[in-house]
Amino acid sequence: MSDTPRLVLVDDHGLFRSGVRAELGRQVEVVGEADDVQPAIELISRLLPDVVLLDVHLPGGGGQAVIQAIKAEHPEVRFLALSASDAPEDVIAVIRAGARGYVTKTISTTELADAIRRVAAGDAVFSHRLAGFVLDAFAAAPAADVKPSFDPELEQLTSREREVLRLIAQGYTYKEIARELFISVKTVESHVSSVLRKLQLSTRHQLTRWAAERRLA
Amino acid sequence: MAAGIAAWRGFSPTTVRIVFVLCTLVSAGWGLPLYVLAWLFIPAAGAEANIFSKARNDYRGIRLAVGLASLLIFVLLVASALNAGWFVNWAWPQVFSVAGLALIWRNGADEDQATLRHLLEPLGAAADGVRPNRRSAWRLVIAGALMAGGLAWLFSARASLALLRPLGGVLLVIAAIVLALGPWWLRIARDLALERQAKARAEERVDIAARVHDSVLQTLALIQRRADDPQKVIQLARMQERELRSWLFEGRSLEEADAELTVAAGVRKIQEDVESRYGVPVEAVTVGDCDLDDNLEALLAAAGEATVNAAKWSGASVVSLFAEVEPGEVSIVVRDRGKGFDPEAVPADRKGLAESVHGRMARRGGTAVVTSAPGEGTKVTLKMPRSPVTASRS
Repeated sequence: MSDTPRLVLVDDHGLFRSGVRAELGRQVEVVGEADDVQPAIELISRLLPDVVLLDVHLPGGGGQAVIQAIKAEHPEVRFLALSASDAPEDVIAVIRAGARGYVTKTISTTELADAIRRVAAGDAVFSHRLAGFVLDAFAAAPAADVKPSFDPELEQLTSREREVLRLIAQGYTYKEIARELFISVKTVESHVSSVLRKLQLSTRHQLTRWAAERRLA
Repeated sequence: MAAGIAAWRGFSPTTVRIVFVLCTLVSAGWGLPLYVLAWLFIPAAGAEANIFSKARNDYRGIRLAVGLASLLIFVLLVASALNAGWFVNWAWPQVFSVAGLALIWRNGADEDQATLRHLLEPLGAAADGVRPNRRSAWRLVIAGALMAGGLAWLFSARASLALLRPLGGVLLVIAAIVLALGPWWLRIARDLALERQAKARAEERVDIAARVHDSVLQTLALIQRRADDPQKVIQLARMQERELRSWLFEGRSLEEADAELTVAAGVRKIQEDVESRYGVPVEAVTVGDCDLDDNLEALLAAAGEATVNAAKWSGASVVSLFAEVEPGEVSIVVRDRGKGFDPEAVPADRKGLAESVHGRMARRGGTAVVTSAPGEGTKVTLKMPRSPVTASRS
């Protein structure tokens, strides 16, 4: 993989797309733009970019519709969800559909470019808000609201993962977290990826309910 | 209407009304149909033709009037069979009232219709229900059969004087009425519900328009005026964003949020205060929530102080505020990436602030840890144990 990831922008606001394209400049290569679910699916299957920067809210259905359509045939395309919404169910829904991360639209350009590179490299990207949601969703006592006969390891976070999420929620970068916890950045990344996996596979009641409401389950 | 007669015969409207009410009482109910007939035949003030002249050509209205009258006659027959004497005497004249009112309703002026609408709503719905489709035909046939059976039973019971059989007859008649009228009642209930929904939607739209005007448009106007002051513009945009967010995603307005006494609300309040007073964005994340008690209020006050400090002194472009409610304790972390300081070398005049954070926490059994170094930013970690009462409530 080259240093500049190939990116497709999917957002229904033209102004926002051109803004992102201008700001990201040479840090990523924007190969295409789409403004709705159907055009996005066609464009992405044709271009097969490294990363799709995907708005959670699209007129022709949620962003997760795009992820589901593409994931079936091209599992190698990675998605970074982007939204002005802070509603946890929206965010959790796209993550469970398969997005590798979530950032808010107020994110700075440098951080966005960083997040895109990270997703392109196969890592997970959690904004401070998403970290908060995940801590919330995994906070309550696990045993009662989990379907039995499922991998218990998926249903709760380890104390280390919790620590990492807390620091993300406090606005720490991965590098800062590594220094704070005396671990390597690679280890931080693997913790976050493991949280992402649990988030996508867990049967916890709260998560499945969110998913069910969005017709994902 | 009374005014109409008054003008016609030259009495005062009040006199006419009193006479009518007296007539109604004395003549066992015949006054009411007279009033309705007068309404039908006497032109209203300013109108050229009376309502009846229009009604003559309204065949559907006549059919409805005749239908209603016959329905009433049927009910009255049943009632007289049950020996409800006074009611029947009073009610017979109303057959004409109802028929007359039906014609007025269909042919009268707007205000006549409005007056009658709430009286006739159920019967209007009934008229729609009588459309001759197959289902309603079957329904009416069954209702008729039940009714006939019930009546037959009733009359035969009179002859034989058996006590239980009239009761059965009454039940059958009631069943017939429910069967015949049930769909109309359902339709009425449904219409009312629809109307209420439409009203709620309209009110919501007005509410949204008002809010967009009060907040978004005002802020946009302000931003245009302050376009030369980037700091102010950012602050305004941020304030507006926060307000919209709390309204859209949490379903509350800022004023309502203030009234709540929970940790999350307290954190939000700190965020709002600091952002609007110092123009520094505060990224707040709250995990879990619980009601406030004295200890947690002290914790929030200390956190507020730490956040203000960070916004005022650190020079950082953003301050992070993270609160987590756990079963045993509540912790808040205030962090910035600003210039930081050496905690050992704080000048005496600024030590007061750190003291107020430390002291406030210590008095309530909590802890405050300040980590900072020049160029490294500052992190204030506050922890407060939860009292058993609040812990059990969450």
